[in-house]
Amino acid sequence: MRGSHVVGEAAVRAGCRYYFGYPITPQNELPEYLSARLPEVGGTFIQGESEVASINMVLGASVAGGRAMTSSSSPGISLKQEGISFMAGMELPAVIVNMMRGGPGLGNIAPSAADYFQATRGGGHGDYRTPVLAPAGCQELAELTFVAFELADKYRNPVMLLGDGLMGQVMEPVVFPDFIDLDHLPKKDWALTGCKGREPRAIFSMLLGQKGELYYHNLHLQEKYDQIAAEELRWETHQADNAEMIVVAYGTAARIAERAIDKLRAEGLAVGLFRPITLWPFPTAPLRELASKSHKVAVFELSLGQMVEDVILSLGERAEIYFYGVPGGIIPTPDDVGKFMRSAVAGDEKVGRRLAL
Amino acid sequence: MSTEVAFKKVFGWPESLKDTPTHYCPGCGHSIVHRLLAECLDELNLREKTIGVPPVGCAVLAYNYFNFDMVEAPHGRALAVATGIKRVHPDKVVLTYQGDGDLAAIGTAETIHAANRGENITTIFINNAIYGMTGGQMAPTTVLGQDATTAPGGRDPKLHGRPLDISRMLAVSDGVAYIERCTVTAVKEIRKAKKAIKKALRCQLDGLGFSLVELLSPCPTNWKLTPGRAWEWVNDEMVKTYPLGVLKDTTGYEDKK
Repeated sequence: MRGSHVVGEAAVRAGCRYYFGYPITPQNELPEYLSARLPEVGGTFIQGESEVASINMVLGASVAGGRAMTSSSSPGISLKQEGISFMAGMELPAVIVNMMRGGPGLGNIAPSAADYFQATRGGGHGDYRTPVLAPAGCQELAELTFVAFELADKYRNPVMLLGDGLMGQVMEPVVFPDFIDLDHLPKKDWALTGCKGREPRAIFSMLLGQKGELYYHNLHLQEKYDQIAAEELRWETHQADNAEMIVVAYGTAARIAERAIDKLRAEGLAVGLFRPITLWPFPTAPLRELASKSHKVAVFELSLGQMVEDVILSLGERAEIYFYGVPGGIIPTPDDVGKFMRSAVAGDEKVGRRLAL
Repeated sequence: MSTEVAFKKVFGWPESLKDTPTHYCPGCGHSIVHRLLAECLDELNLREKTIGVPPVGCAVLAYNYFNFDMVEAPHGRALAVATGIKRVHPDKVVLTYQGDGDLAAIGTAETIHAANRGENITTIFINNAIYGMTGGQMAPTTVLGQDATTAPGGRDPKLHGRPLDISRMLAVSDGVAYIERCTVTAVKEIRKAKKAIKKALRCQLDGLGFSLVELLSPCPTNWKLTPGRAWEWVNDEMVKTYPLGVLKDTTGYEDKK
């Protein structure tokens, strides 16, 4: 099944009944799929008049208690930032899918991973965080779509599923999780349903009060983010036992790196993979533990260096850090990345460079 | 004659309105419209099934006054938010309460497309021809010659363009069932406005499509007029740009005389 369709079907099975989005390549197959699929399960699909309208329809469906989702690709995600910031401030759950493409600006429609900063640093205005899940293939797209909805509801917070144009287009076999029973989801005792039999509810993000209302609200949000950072870390390793060098990569880059690592291992080079699955919160502690054994870390990204900053924040001078990044919607081959790894093992900087801290 | 018959309550505090001191300026039209909307919801027994979306602007704090469920929308996005709510709760009454900057400038696209989709939502549109909360900047609805802090010397069509009559624009859409423009600056007109709001709500209850009531509303503070003069300005000047009356009505309701 095609990656974009996988997300659509997984969302329906995870209880999503409301989708709002605006066309943009390379993720159109997802709204197309849901435009036919959601009505089959009594759900709503609306093609909004813009990304801005779509994310605010998500806000409305979410505040009304529905499981809601939107999707887009890089330029469209920039437009959604206002709504994401509001939902973070109002503590509203939602799933936002970004199938990243080359940027900045309109860039191109080829796969890229240059929205890491935007995704992991909040993206919009204000002191907030959104959990970011980075799948590396169709099976994981299905599973992490479920996780995204669960985290969003559990923490009343927007959650981003960060894929790329390649992942949206590629076809792989998938085993889907079972349908969620909507009646057995935890009740949303904060949602707006009309005030029959209870006091009216007001949900808002503006806190003008003179008693530090906004100050305390932000501290409350930070407590929530601290809890997420402590409890929701996800990562995976591959061939990491006894590795002399750990390669850090996520998403499509990790798939390419995995192939390269297998080849190098066959040649006798002890190289392993550390793949962050939650990009925020970044799995700092497990990476640090691995790096404490290998002392050498090579970071490969489909951008000119964004996740590498989290690697630096995680490791500091605990390891030698090498970096190789490919910008602008170009997908390097496992051989290209293998050359970087060999170069990093040798420390000769023929491909990529060692980062001076 | 028993006392039950001798005393009939003819005036009181609407249940749909909280007993909160107002932050609106003296002479502002918001308080009147809040009251009218609350009375209509009470009379139609809708308070407990209503979900409201206030704008960004002077009415951003409307949830301090209205005694039903409310959610704040980002500036201009009220009708997109309301669309999401209505799709989850088609059996509830969903309304937006928006000013001219919110509805006719930053939210123009959301307004036109929600109306054109025929969303079964009611919009209360406060047109005071100025940006109130930010301190008197030019609005899309500022009339020609009217002073604004960002149109010093008055709105000049060559520099600032002409006032936007968005209700008239919306009326051409087949998704729209009912639009009426009223004022809240004369007792007779206030009664008319209440009737219009009630009709718009009824239109939603009957699932006829999008309904909107535009209310020409005074802003004495930013117009730099006394409340009395501000009322006169609505009645004498503002209605020239925004003529009162029904702009669209496909409801088929027969109005009681």
